Amino acid sequence: MEDALLVDWSRAQFALTALYHWLFVPLTLGLAFILAIMETIYVKTGNVIWKEITKFWMTLFAINFAIGLATGIIMEFEFGTNWSNYSWIAGDIFGAPLAIEGIMAFFMESTFFAIMFFGWDKVSKKMHLLSTWLVAIGSNLSALWILVANGWMQHPVGMEFNVDSARFEMSSFWDVLFNPNAYSKFLHTIGSGYVMGSLFVVGISAWYLLKGKDVVKAKKSIVVGATFGLITSLFLIVSGDESAHQVAVNQPTKLAAMEGLYDGHERVGIVAIGQLNSEKEIGDNQDEFIWSIEIPYALSFLGFHDMNAFVPGINELVYGDEDHHNIESAASKIAKGKIAIEALTRYKKAKKEGDTLVATTALADFRANEKYFGYGYLKKPEDIIPPVALTFYSFHIMVGLGTWFFMLFFLILYFAMLNKLDGKKMLLRLAVISIPLGYVAGEMGWIVAEVGRQPWAIQGMLPTGMATSSISVAAVQTTFWLFAIIFTGLLIAEVKIIFTQIKLGMENH
Amino acid sequence: MNIVINVFSVLKKVFYFYVEGFKNMKLGKTLWGIIGIKFLLFFILMKIFFFPNFLKENFSNDTQRANHILEKLTKENK
Repeated sequence: MEDALLVDWSRAQFALTALYHWLFVPLTLGLAFILAIMETIYVKTGNVIWKEITKFWMTLFAINFAIGLATGIIMEFEFGTNWSNYSWIAGDIFGAPLAIEGIMAFFMESTFFAIMFFGWDKVSKKMHLLSTWLVAIGSNLSALWILVANGWMQHPVGMEFNVDSARFEMSSFWDVLFNPNAYSKFLHTIGSGYVMGSLFVVGISAWYLLKGKDVVKAKKSIVVGATFGLITSLFLIVSGDESAHQVAVNQPTKLAAMEGLYDGHERVGIVAIGQLNSEKEIGDNQDEFIWSIEIPYALSFLGFHDMNAFVPGINELVYGDEDHHNIESAASKIAKGKIAIEALTRYKKAKKEGDTLVATTALADFRANEKYFGYGYLKKPEDIIPPVALTFYSFHIMVGLGTWFFMLFFLILYFAMLNKLDGKKMLLRLAVISIPLGYVAGEMGWIVAEVGRQPWAIQGMLPTGMATSSISVAAVQTTFWLFAIIFTGLLIAEVKIIFTQIKLGMENH
Repeated sequence: MNIVINVFSVLKKVFYFYVEGFKNMKLGKTLWGIIGIKFLLFFILMKIFFFPNFLKENFSNDTQRANHILEKLTKENK
């Protein structure tokens, strides 16, 4: 394994770039559909006010898109430099979806984006509307390929390890594409983008209402935003349930960390809100929480769709519980992983020496223990547990905010329908404040997904420490700060330009 | 011949569509400026000076790269 400091800085750099990138993406995903809906209303009704509304939100969409453009490419640079072991080992699987995404994004952006922005009054209304819808669909399809790649890292399927080239090779494209982890993650992620887009429209429209500016357009916008937000919040809850089910089945340590569950049992509740006991260690008898409020049976039901289901805790997952629940201990998996590594070493040597018989036996030994391969690099059983506090609090903040957004959209829509929104100053202020909270929720979701997967780069197959390149820590530190400065600059530019456009009002876009 | 003329005419229209679109931009010019600076920073400065491809830089072919990774994967057990 590489030096821990190098691994930590490489992880910090990737986290920084991914988190910044995710500030721009969700708004693109969600606002694109809201634009398409607004323009559809314009085309259907012929009312030019909807054209002006669409153009205003399209301007904000363009700012976000332009500033966010290519921020994701940095992560691909990092794969080649900081994560070269991972890139080599997973390149055959990871490369295909990313290449499809790159080609699709290029063609979509150069054609339909151009029609969407330059084509008003130059192409027919229907052609323009079609382009707007295709931008929305295309942006979301781009996300699909990225999440197929990420889903594979969470739950690797459809591949075989080639012992000569040291690569996972794709054995079934369809298994990779229809990986249940990938599509549940895709649906949940785009759902969060839709909610973010809705919060953006609702929040900015609320600001206009508070200021008494562009009131008619703001009211129309807020109804579209809140309706889309309410529907997609429900979609987010359903997709979140499926996502949690996939985590329960394929990544039980992540689920245990998300819920701070140390001792598994049947009929487990979900902690709605609580404070973790920071003194708690694996295997000791201390309580997990200082205080907590629990929803009975909920975790068993959400995780396994059975109120009586057994949910393993951190202790069972580390130390095993073969007698009662057929859970293998991490120590046993580590031992088998070491056998796999030793067999690979023998195979490599025998191949070099041309000893076919030994090579065949070694390969058979490797295949027999292949699924534990990654465990062989772990030092101790406790290493399989991700950072519990960070995963737990990120998950609960995300869920709490998601619940609030649903309530917000409902209340906004309710009062908008009664035409009483003008008097609800507090609610409108809360809508404005909820814009940054939407970003917080999205980032927390990614922290749960990625920190919760630790210690793995590829779940069960490749620990993060084995995925990094042997480069100097100083090089990674330098680029970390360089990125921090560049991305912060971009963020300030975006916020400043967007604020200026909002202050100009909804006219003349 | 007619087909060639039609294709040429369509390409000309597409070309002027883009040219006019870019010409008439207001805020778009600032955004393209930001995109330009960003591409310069990312693809010239970052990629060339800070983000060389580790395996491409240090090994000349895939066999060497595979051996390097195998070496890393197996030396952990020694």
